[in-house]
Amino acid sequence: MLKYIVKRILLALVTILIICMITFFVMHAVPGGPFNREKALSQATIDALNARYGLDQPLWTQFVNYMKNLLHGDFGVSLKNGREISDIIKESFPVSARLGLTAMAFALSIGIILGSTAALMRNKWPDRVIVFFSTLFTAVPSFVLATLLLLIFSIKLGWVPVWSATETHYLLPVMALAAYPMAYTTRLSKTSMLDALGQDYIRTAKSKGVPKWKMIFKHALKNSLIPVITYAGPQIAYIITGSMVVETVFTVGGIGTKFVSAINNRDYTLIMATTIFLATLMVIATMICDILYKLVDPRIKYE
Amino acid sequence: MGNDKMPKKNPLSAQINLSKFNSFMFEKASDEEKRQQDVMSESTTFFKDGMRKLFKNPLAVGSIVVLGLILITIIVAPMIVPYHYEEILSVDGVRDKGAKNLAPFTYSKLEQQYIDNGGYRFPHIFGTDEQCRDYFVRVVYGTRVSLIVGFFASIIVLFLGMLYGSISGYLGGKVDLIMMRIVDVIYSLPDMLIIILLSVVLQTILNFSPGSLLASLGTNMISLFIVFGLLYWVGMARLIRGQILSIKQNEYILAAKSIGAPTGMIIKRHILPNCLSVIIISTALQIPSAIFTESYLSFVGLGVQAPMPSLGSLANAARGGLQSYPYKLMFPALAICLIVLSFNLLGDGLRDAFDPKLKK
Repeated sequence: MLKYIVKRILLALVTILIICMITFFVMHAVPGGPFNREKALSQATIDALNARYGLDQPLWTQFVNYMKNLLHGDFGVSLKNGREISDIIKESFPVSARLGLTAMAFALSIGIILGSTAALMRNKWPDRVIVFFSTLFTAVPSFVLATLLLLIFSIKLGWVPVWSATETHYLLPVMALAAYPMAYTTRLSKTSMLDALGQDYIRTAKSKGVPKWKMIFKHALKNSLIPVITYAGPQIAYIITGSMVVETVFTVGGIGTKFVSAINNRDYTLIMATTIFLATLMVIATMICDILYKLVDPRIKYE
Repeated sequence: MGNDKMPKKNPLSAQINLSKFNSFMFEKASDEEKRQQDVMSESTTFFKDGMRKLFKNPLAVGSIVVLGLILITIIVAPMIVPYHYEEILSVDGVRDKGAKNLAPFTYSKLEQQYIDNGGYRFPHIFGTDEQCRDYFVRVVYGTRVSLIVGFFASIIVLFLGMLYGSISGYLGGKVDLIMMRIVDVIYSLPDMLIIILLSVVLQTILNFSPGSLLASLGTNMISLFIVFGLLYWVGMARLIRGQILSIKQNEYILAAKSIGAPTGMIIKRHILPNCLSVIIISTALQIPSAIFTESYLSFVGLGVQAPMPSLGSLANAARGGLQSYPYKLMFPALAICLIVLSFNLLGDGLRDAFDPKLKK
């Protein structure tokens, strides 16, 4: 087990390093530096700026310097407005994180309940209704859903104010974010619940006379959660970070919006810092999830 | 005792020693006995059987019909509708400035005048957009673009994934280990972040000589394909490698090997048919996910180039006038949902029909 954990951590480290390299070198392949403005700067000014930010050194040296600073927790400063990037992340990440975690908690709990209900009432009307809606919602892109929600609840009905950066109005973005993972979790947990219900240990439990609720909660549900856990880990990280579209629609000042605007501004350091930060988060989430997965299910062999 | 015409009987084999018999010892089969040998039902192949099951599934048939209708619409509609997707409307050569944001099936003042004077204008089925362009044609072209992106992206993914996965699966050992570590790393890259990063960069780097085929497709489209090709093949490669590895372990492969079947035959008869279903299913499911990703990118403003519409960019453009013209969001959004839903249902149907593990 220890061997597996060490191996998994090593893989995560290599992945993070490669992400840093890809981000760094890909960003530097773009023609046009950060100092390209509509109003051209004089060559002397550009040289001075390049020297100021160390952009005149060879790429590898720049990369090594960057990594060194990164290890000291220094993300550098934004090339556009000179702000500390760690400040920008500190300020925008909690917004995205809270939004994403709320959405994911919502999606997982509702999804597991709906999926298990559908499996337990197989081929009856609740099953059909749940399957119908979960199939439907996996086909709706979140930006469409987000825009529709905004249109119906904020503009037409006026029930929920258009995003105003206060905590009480998370409802619409959370719904838009949660719809897809909820539909997916429902389908996933339905399949795995059906699978678990068909196992021999359920028959054993039944023949022992275990009460139905106990059988469902103690034997079937527990086992049916394994695929859901594998899905949930990376998805949590993805939803925290990948909510750019929903953040754009609701104009939430989260890290997703910052990332998109940094790309449009060619703000190298901010792009790199955001990518590396988000990617590291995702890689670590996946890693923890993989390790947990093996701990939870002893049937899986350690490679 | 040796009969020269008969092959020598191996002492332990169960083969009947024909030298002990002569023609008098056999009697002819009666008609009734012959009839027993008739094949009761037509022999089916794996493919035929799967197709039969697929066409029994109403959801799958429904989604095939919907996709067929969409396909016919996007092929036929541009031939019938006299407008072009980047054409700014004009009447009799005069630019029609009033044809802005028309509601479906309405005409602008200038057009109405023209019709009253006996002229003919083709109706604007979905109305017009804020730049006086026919919206129906734009949605049709957007659907075309989205479908093309989805289709080609999944072909690229399929090709790369199959090649890599099968090499890794067949060779096994150290090669497999190294190839799979590479896949692990690419797989754990956060795809959306890297896709956005790459499409930003590729759009500025790629330059095609004007007039060439690549240039007419547009750099954004090409960069989309490259991005899909670079990132999404790993899922397919993993899947195919896993399939090949698990199929290789099966007893029937061992049996085939032990009776001396050549490797080519084992691959053709035993491994490929068992892989094929998984490949078909995941390709069918890859198309909607590519369409999804393309529409996200277009929505964020990184998709196909400006005059060319895609469903995502149309939806994004519709956000501006959401309050006054909500139907403009509905058309492209409905198109995306219908296409993705149909492909998902078709993929599910294909899985039910073709997955050998689900056979009863």
